[in-house]
Amino acid sequence: MKEFIGRVVAPGCVKAEALVSHGGLNTLASFQKALQFGDKEATCGDQNNPDLYGKKMKGKALCLPQTIGSTTGGMVLYCACSMKRQPACLLFSKPIDSLAAAGAILADVWLDDVKMPVVDSLGDEFLNYVKDGMTISVLENGKVVVE
Amino acid sequence: MAMYLTPEQQEILDGKKGEVMQKVMKTLVQYGEIFGADKMAPVTSKYNHLVTSFGLKALGPVYELMNKLIDAGAISKQQFSMDPRPLDKNVPSNLIMDLVFKKFMYSRQDFYEGQLEKLGLLNKDAFTCACYLDQVGNKPQKGEILSWAESSAVVYANSVLGARCNRNSGIVDLMGSILGFVPSFGLLTDEGRKAGWIIKIETTKKPEAQLLGSAIGMKVMEDVPYIIGLDKWLGTELTDEACTYLKDFGAATASNGAVGLYHIENLTPEAKETGKDLIKDGAKVYVIDDNELKRVYESYPVIWKNKDAKPKLCFMGCPHMSLQQLKGWTDKVEAGLKAAGNKKVLIPTVFTAAPGVLKEFEKTPYAARLKATGVVTSYICPLMYMNNPLAGKMPVITSSNKLRTYTTARYYTDDEILNKITKGDK
Repeated sequence: MKEFIGRVVAPGCVKAEALVSHGGLNTLASFQKALQFGDKEATCGDQNNPDLYGKKMKGKALCLPQTIGSTTGGMVLYCACSMKRQPACLLFSKPIDSLAAAGAILADVWLDDVKMPVVDSLGDEFLNYVKDGMTISVLENGKVVVE
Repeated sequence: MAMYLTPEQQEILDGKKGEVMQKVMKTLVQYGEIFGADKMAPVTSKYNHLVTSFGLKALGPVYELMNKLIDAGAISKQQFSMDPRPLDKNVPSNLIMDLVFKKFMYSRQDFYEGQLEKLGLLNKDAFTCACYLDQVGNKPQKGEILSWAESSAVVYANSVLGARCNRNSGIVDLMGSILGFVPSFGLLTDEGRKAGWIIKIETTKKPEAQLLGSAIGMKVMEDVPYIIGLDKWLGTELTDEACTYLKDFGAATASNGAVGLYHIENLTPEAKETGKDLIKDGAKVYVIDDNELKRVYESYPVIWKNKDAKPKLCFMGCPHMSLQQLKGWTDKVEAGLKAAGNKKVLIPTVFTAAPGVLKEFEKTPYAARLKATGVVTSYICPLMYMNNPLAGKMPVITSSNKLRTYTTARYYTDDEILNKITKGDK
């Protein structure tokens, strides 16, 4: 078990199974097919992301350095949240990028019944340590427990 | 640190202009606070440009949000252009694709365009990712503050035009226009425009724009690169040819990474003015030579089921082609066909460009010459065409690294594409 401390971007507590992307998450490429074609498990459709491609993202503690790619990214994340196909939480090793931040804030401000805690700046060691399938607990103060 | 708000801005945040405006304000305040913005900056460009141009049935939550804005009278203070439309009957498709596109995927297109008109759409032709081209007319001035989102347009506006814009997300772009201000952080500030990477170009020939942009994007991610040695190939003036190169180069940096601004020594405006003072202390260095570009090219996964399949479609123009590109490619396709003894392209080929650019192109003799080669022109967004299981299974080729990144399209260099469509090279 190991604990990491980051910055709370969107508050909340959650316990979920880790899903790890060591490269940047391309939000549009990852979610678009799932949103378009009714995939309720939000299977990652980004062929350029070998860590996530073909894996179910809904309900997972998504661990990543940052998001990359199309600037529809925040809107896509907002839609995933609105359609209840979002990850349980987003845990960034680096400071959050503007697209992921927009998605998290849009969901936080405009959706009443959706919670997706977001913590950033957890450090490179976090991403080196965490592996798919580990259990992650996110606490209110930005503490992330990996076991 | 809490952001300073003017009394008027504070009133909006306190809900005195209604709940919807309060939420719009709250969105931008939270967005700014995450990135350490100390205040809001007025949006000073004449027009906005929005990224979400497609009436995808799956984006119901976006249309609901738009309706909330319209119903509350929260419309844009600026008119805006949009990214390209997802449908065009000129582009080859079969009956099943037509049905899927029109009746299923983009069934909300007309509805959504109706919403856009209410919110401030510039005109019915204002659909392109290359809004900054002269024929379109949404070209910001140096130093102007924008609330744009389209990644290829943001990186062009910042780098080539010297405007100031963060890599905003869809929806947030519109909200900046509704309020008339955006949080001041990142690429809006002098410090945020400094380079954390030095890129040294040491190739033996002019690097392919889309390949070079991809290599840099994947290396620096969201950082600002200061590029040395590219002026050797592009010159020191922003000619049409140089701007066209930078349009494609920038789109690749933004889509293969998350670059919002680059400086090219002796060429782009801020690099010309300030030079190496734009480079941060301790900047990292990335050297790009022929071998590095080859390595990057060979790293692209080919995800066609049959890797040797004969291409069924070729897309050129992601981002949309410039007038200069359309003319140049007309010459190249004609010459390629003539050299091979062919009259028409051997692979159905679509060149995409802004409606305004296509109108100008149609006035030139090049249009009839291009049509005679069998190449089709269109205002479509190739990315939106490709993002479905039907088109996704098609072996499509392109020289766009953005299209390669987001879809199953296979990347080839411009010369390789030319040989494939005119000579049938495998």
